[in-house]
Amino acid sequence: MTALSMAQAINTALADALDEDDRVVVFGEDVGALGGVFRVTEGLTARFGESRCFDTPLAESGIVGMAVGMAMNGLRPVVEMQFDAFAYPAFEQIAGHVAKMRNRTRGAITLPMVIRIPYAGGIGGVEHHCDSSEAYYAHTPGLTVAAPATAADAYSMLREAVELPDPVIFLEPKRLYWSRQEVAPRARTRPFGEAAVRRAGRDATLIAYGPSVPVALEAAEAAAAEGRDLEVVDLRTIVPFDDATVTASVMKTGRAVVVAEAQGFAGVASEIAARVGERCFHALEAPVRRVTGLDIPYPPPKLEHHHLPNVDRVLDAVAALQWEDA
Amino acid sequence: MVVKPGSELLPTARPIQLIDENGDRATRPRSGGHTLPPADALLAAYRALVVGRRFDQQASSLVKQGRLAVYPSSHGQEASEVGAVLALRPTDWLFPTYRDSVALVTRGIDPVEVLTLLRGDWHCGYDPAAHRTAPQCTPLATQAPHAVGVGYAARAKGEDTVVLAFLGDGATSEGDFHEALNFAAVFRAPVVFFVQNNQYAISVPLDRQTAAPSLAHKAVGYGVPGVGVDGNDVAAVLAVVGRAAERARAGEGPTLIEAHTYRIEAHTNADDATRYRADGEVAAWLRRDPVERLTAHLRRTGALDDAGIAAVADEAERHAADLRDRLPAQTPPDPAELFAHVYAAPTPQLREQAARLAAEEN
Repeated sequence: MTALSMAQAINTALADALDEDDRVVVFGEDVGALGGVFRVTEGLTARFGESRCFDTPLAESGIVGMAVGMAMNGLRPVVEMQFDAFAYPAFEQIAGHVAKMRNRTRGAITLPMVIRIPYAGGIGGVEHHCDSSEAYYAHTPGLTVAAPATAADAYSMLREAVELPDPVIFLEPKRLYWSRQEVAPRARTRPFGEAAVRRAGRDATLIAYGPSVPVALEAAEAAAAEGRDLEVVDLRTIVPFDDATVTASVMKTGRAVVVAEAQGFAGVASEIAARVGERCFHALEAPVRRVTGLDIPYPPPKLEHHHLPNVDRVLDAVAALQWEDA
Repeated sequence: MVVKPGSELLPTARPIQLIDENGDRATRPRSGGHTLPPADALLAAYRALVVGRRFDQQASSLVKQGRLAVYPSSHGQEASEVGAVLALRPTDWLFPTYRDSVALVTRGIDPVEVLTLLRGDWHCGYDPAAHRTAPQCTPLATQAPHAVGVGYAARAKGEDTVVLAFLGDGATSEGDFHEALNFAAVFRAPVVFFVQNNQYAISVPLDRQTAAPSLAHKAVGYGVPGVGVDGNDVAAVLAVVGRAAERARAGEGPTLIEAHTYRIEAHTNADDATRYRADGEVAAWLRRDPVERLTAHLRRTGALDDAGIAAVADEAERHAADLRDRLPAQTPPDPAELFAHVYAAPTPQLREQAARLAAEEN
């Protein structure tokens, strides 16, 4: 076992995928000699050659569109969008073709491809480097949307994403790139569509994914000191969504708070709250609460702490779950 | 920094032509150094043109009869579509747009399957992998980067496949047109970008689309050869696409071809072309008709006589009758199939929705 940062775990997953499957190709902007602006592809061109990991012209629609054609013709492209908000030029390709090709052709053409997106904020980045864009993708049928919260999951989930016969939007929480965890070589955690209960608890459920999982876990620790035993569910994949694990947890605890860094209105957190409400209504002791980013464009670095969900806001939401009635 | 001369990438002063409007052979400089395809190739093209035009008429009639929801006609553009397709090998890939139904029929795809999309039964009626023909693309130019990717992958696998992407004049204004040409050039992908400049993007004329001297001139900006061709001269289209395909197959990279042609019909049956163009303009283009031109040429050279013309007309009629007969037999898929192809394995949520829909149906 070695302690790997999430960035290293993803790098290792890419290397192992390139090593095991000749069809895998990695490309994007600055992913070659530089190794990516976050060094996630470091050393891959040197080890596997320019034909397996290479730089492209700076055009995200072209990158994703070319990947579509490569996937149509037997390769397994893994492309990097340099930043979340830099992926928007590719959105027409993603929503118009990547998500729809299997359905359009009744399964005759499938697109095994991965679009890696360093995503979300909390690193003091500028306006177009910090977006939480998961709702756009999760709202698009045909896409699988993954957001790991641990290094071990990042390795396992990226390997699964590359092996999947369908396209995957792979959201890499930037602020967790440097978080470390013991990762056994080539170890798989659990498959897509299975959420993980990161902390068992009896009193309320915190539901989170990606960059918000550590916030939820920290809040649960703080709540424990105050005598509240919180369960933390890490969704891992937003699509497929694991209703079963979420529902089972909330049916047990009777209270739920959804924690997500993205702006809240019409977002993934709202979908989760609605699903929990529909499935767990009679077991709920209080309305489901959401702790999300504000409904504002991503703030400048010196103000981002006002925007991001933090432990205090999660604890406030937990405190508002009508305990006086218990 | 030394700027390399790009003049060899520029198109000829006038579009390349091998057979003129009267059916006579064009000579230098109009021929651009291309030789006329052999008689058997021209006869095959003649057959495809006549069958394609009859198909196009039949599809337009089916719309009027309410048996097709919509049909964007290829009338007037048959030489471009037929010539481009016949210049390819069956192992090459084709990326058509919604207007290229005649190209699909020429490719050998069952006309009933070609019309599945326009009947509203499913988004694509044929197997793209089996025919090496992508689904007809609706959003402009978005298929062009796919063509680059298919070509890139072919070369990575050591195959000599060539990819031809159809585009319209309006599509050349889209970002994906630019990105695809640039990527293809940088990676020397074996792609032929074939623009049918039919003068209108629905109602918007070419001079609102570009200030470039011609669409083929855009190629020089990517370091790619640009070629202008008379898109109503199937012989010239065969020759020009043939050379571009050879070049791509030899690893020399992409070519941009602009075929000058004209959309005789409105954009679709839902469009009214009289609102944006004059009848006289249509009449002028009708005099450059691709089928009449080739017929005149083949008659003059003795390759085609009345009996030959009648035989091809009969064949086209049989295909049209067969299409009329078989089209009603096609039925839309079971609604359960709405959930079948979204993912390799449906999500739990899709399984729930499928069960609900099935319950509604019962």
